[in-house]
Amino acid sequence: MSVLQRIRTAPPRYWLVGVVILFFVGLPTVIDSFQASEWAQALILAIAIMGLNILVGYSGQLSLGHGAFMALGAYTSAILAHRYKMDYLLTIPIAGLLTGIVGFLFGVPALRLSALYLALASFALAVVAPSLIKRPVELTGGVHGIFVPPVDPPQFAKDAYAAVTGTAMTSDQWTYYVTLGCALVLFWLAWNLVRHRAGRAMRAIRDGEVAAAASGVNIAGYKTLAFGISALYAGIAGSLFGMAVGYVSPDTFPVALSIQLIVGAVVGGLASIPGPLLGGIFVYFLPIESNQWVPTQTWIPSQIASTVEKAGPAVSYGAVLILIMIFASNGIVGLVTAGYARVRRRLRGPGDRETGQTSPDPQTV
Amino acid sequence: MQEFLQQVVSGIATGGIFASLALALVLIYNAMGLVNFAQGEMAMLATFAAYTLINRGVSYWIAFPLTLVIAFAGGIAIQRIVIRPVERAPILTMVIVTLGLATLVNGLAGFFFGYVPRSFPSPFSAQTVNILGALASYQDLGVIAVTGVVLLAIYLLLQHTTVGLTMRAAAHHPEASRLLGVRVSWMLALGWGLASAVGAVSGIMVAPILLLEPNMMQTIIIYAFAAAVLGGIESPLGAVVGGVIVGVTINLAGAYLPFVGGDLQLAVALAIIVAVLVLKPNGLFGRPTARRV
Amino acid sequence: MAKTGSRIAAIAAFLVTVAACGGSSSAVVATDVGITSSSILLGNTIAQSGPAAAYGTIANGENAYFTYINNTEGGVNGRKITFTILDDGYNPANTVTLTKQLVEQNKVFAIFGGLGTEAQTAVRDYMNAQKVPQLFVATGATTFGSDFSSYPYTIGWQPPYQGEARIYAKDVIAKHAGAKIGILYQNDSYGQDYLKGLTDGLGSNSSMIVDKESYDVTAASTAAQLVKLKASGADTLFLFTTPGFTIPALVTVTKLGWAPTIYLNSVSNPQVYMGIAAKNGAALKNVTSVGYLKDPTDPQWASDSGMQLYKTVIANCTTCNVNDGFNIYGVASAWTMVDILKQAGSNLTRSNVMSIAGSNLNETNNPFLLPGVVVKTTSSDHHPIMQEQVITWSGTGWTLQGSLINERGTI
Repeated sequence: MSVLQRIRTAPPRYWLVGVVILFFVGLPTVIDSFQASEWAQALILAIAIMGLNILVGYSGQLSLGHGAFMALGAYTSAILAHRYKMDYLLTIPIAGLLTGIVGFLFGVPALRLSALYLALASFALAVVAPSLIKRPVELTGGVHGIFVPPVDPPQFAKDAYAAVTGTAMTSDQWTYYVTLGCALVLFWLAWNLVRHRAGRAMRAIRDGEVAAAASGVNIAGYKTLAFGISALYAGIAGSLFGMAVGYVSPDTFPVALSIQLIVGAVVGGLASIPGPLLGGIFVYFLPIESNQWVPTQTWIPSQIASTVEKAGPAVSYGAVLILIMIFASNGIVGLVTAGYARVRRRLRGPGDRETGQTSPDPQTV
Repeated sequence: MQEFLQQVVSGIATGGIFASLALALVLIYNAMGLVNFAQGEMAMLATFAAYTLINRGVSYWIAFPLTLVIAFAGGIAIQRIVIRPVERAPILTMVIVTLGLATLVNGLAGFFFGYVPRSFPSPFSAQTVNILGALASYQDLGVIAVTGVVLLAIYLLLQHTTVGLTMRAAAHHPEASRLLGVRVSWMLALGWGLASAVGAVSGIMVAPILLLEPNMMQTIIIYAFAAAVLGGIESPLGAVVGGVIVGVTINLAGAYLPFVGGDLQLAVALAIIVAVLVLKPNGLFGRPTARRV
Repeated sequence: MAKTGSRIAAIAAFLVTVAACGGSSSAVVATDVGITSSSILLGNTIAQSGPAAAYGTIANGENAYFTYINNTEGGVNGRKITFTILDDGYNPANTVTLTKQLVEQNKVFAIFGGLGTEAQTAVRDYMNAQKVPQLFVATGATTFGSDFSSYPYTIGWQPPYQGEARIYAKDVIAKHAGAKIGILYQNDSYGQDYLKGLTDGLGSNSSMIVDKESYDVTAASTAAQLVKLKASGADTLFLFTTPGFTIPALVTVTKLGWAPTIYLNSVSNPQVYMGIAAKNGAALKNVTSVGYLKDPTDPQWASDSGMQLYKTVIANCTTCNVNDGFNIYGVASAWTMVDILKQAGSNLTRSNVMSIAGSNLNETNNPFLLPGVVVKTTSSDHHPIMQEQVITWSGTGWTLQGSLINERGTI
């Protein structure tokens, strides 16, 4: 098929992806610079959640400690940039790779743990991570952390941005575009992963380990691979995090971060590609909005608004998590696909009910 | 030698705290094959309930059993409302729900009671007693004694009563139990209620020592996990023994291993969890289980 | 087209400015970002949820004072103060984002009372690059005064931890010359800052320290460390700990049958906490600390006019506990904030306010501080409060000893 034919026959889903990408590319031109930094952080969480999703959603291993992997990536980049004066962008793939290898090594003992115990052990890791970071003071700066000076946009980016918008690109906006670039690449890689053999193998392991083993799938290999890949994503996310925030310290990686990641994965929709994006946006903006936006909305009764504001994100997170698991365990993506499928069935009419045709598996796109 | 003994005795005292919460974790596991991440937070909330009662003038000895009843009812309510809808869901869903519950309960406690630490009365005096040259307070001994009583009660319940047997059957073989006429869902609710009550006992015993505030149990739960895992997640006796071992180990490791030092206590607990799960997943007192495929 | 539009806009702006300048009968009013003719917008980031949430009430205390000033005096020079408080959960990454929002979206005039050592150092570079005043940060980390020359838009308020520890050093050398010192400190910048101050303050006497033990905030108990400290033979114990750990430590010390001279840091000394410790069996004999604020639970201030003002002010905050020492801290520092706004008068610009706060402050009448405490900054001294008074525990309360000790110039 020629390229033009391919474009014409592409499913509508692809057009949606194109629109979304355009939206994100153009976003910084219409929002404030610091808002670009906020969206960058939401995308960073989305990257980490994508990694977690590969582990939890596709290979069925539950990790509650991915905040620790983010910390590893962030500190690797910060140390390389701060101490060894490496160009920050160069440190990103290095941080990812290092974290990926560590994750892979973690995957080995994890093989022996059942789902529950893996959850327990990884949760404990997330809680302990800050105190472990503090230990090697010369390396990590201990409690004082490491400062990452703002990364200036390179000349070509400044010129391109000025040509389009007429204003100078700020380092926050540059961070956003670097993050967006990484997110596009990583999401595309994940999409390919789940469509092809590795993804199928992981899903087979998730759905029935014994059957998968009987079918000849290399359980240990794929499970540790999943761990490694998810850690790689978290490491890159951590590295970008250091760039966006400008500061890494033990306090910036509390256990709440690991919980944010799993909440995002679940709320967005496990075992889906768009899920992590939605999840990242959700978990990033929820605390900020519940604290600030809600009280300004006059249509919300003031009792509820002030309760939401004072109760804080913890209550919102907890309640949302429980409700989603009970009513929509496939997350937002699940709700949307279910709704879409229902609408399509209605539109198609009785024909489909007779033939019993099912809609294509969303995971194979 | 004196110092060593004191470290051990202090470790046993701290271990009693871990053991009391670990008992609740073990009870939940016996009831539904799952560990409840929200156990510590529920215990803390129950303790706040007791605090509110005592503040309103209710005597300690009435508030205590009253709180247990409230905790029991609360546990059942939580099971009915939050857990039952996801009963047949995979473990992942359950774990996330209990995580969500933990976050929610912690947030609610902070919202209602604020974060300033409060004192909580103890039925035991704070005086010290001399044990072979090492010192402990009656409060510490009280925690251990009460934990022992609860342990005995749980053991008797699970092993020597029909209710206990039915509960364990419902947890391990829900389908077979249903066929035998057991109301599996209500057994689970009962398990939650009991675990919640045991958690409340733990909270009430421990609050005088740790000070009552919403984050009281946040790190204790990790140590309690370590205790439960070490002892064997199904075994109440294991939880208590595990708790004592964890308490003593973190003290000794902190005192005598220079690379650990005082600030890696929690890391020691993590190391224990990982070591046990990798080397002897069933813990000290657990029985190896065969998985049917 | 665009050029015409912008030209018209420029002319319009010019006309408006001329009208504003020449039209009114009052003196020419200098304005800056965050200032309108009727309001001053201040921002704040603090922990109101999560593990450090107990500090959150400080911002509520500060807000109570601003409300009081708005209600009784119509604000400062006719401008009411609006105080936007944002919760950063004690996570510096959140502090960075929220501070940027306050500066770039809310367009505050200044950030006042930001809490947390790491949190405020994380935003310090940004605040100084943007030339937005980072006023009276709510932390005793010494760097906020010592590094003023590199960060002229940042200033602290409370006595630096190192200064406080130096007072303890002086006291211990004077009163317990041959003491063997043991130290229990929290392994974070708070505890480490105190430790440095004590060690520096002891100087050549630092060999008095026989053992020091640290703990992490995730520790279940500090019994192990205290057992080691007792075994080291120390007869004087320094507790550089936060209240949640100080109280159990005091209890454990008694439990171990140990009766050292105890030095307690000022964050942990509110009477409420001492009461809890006593109830749990702490003997509390020979406990020394320092103070610079009036303690609301101290009966000697019951009829003091400053204390009565505090009680009136704090009534504006419905969730504040009047006995909480953090609240009087908030009110006292808000008092200083209002003081410098008044001093700025009609020259209400960021640079002027910052210059007053950082180098030209001389406040002698803060009603919430101990009598004689001066809040002062000069061109060479940027620690506003450097005086504290030694207090000892009498069994029922703190007794002021001697007179204020001045550490000005030593750091």
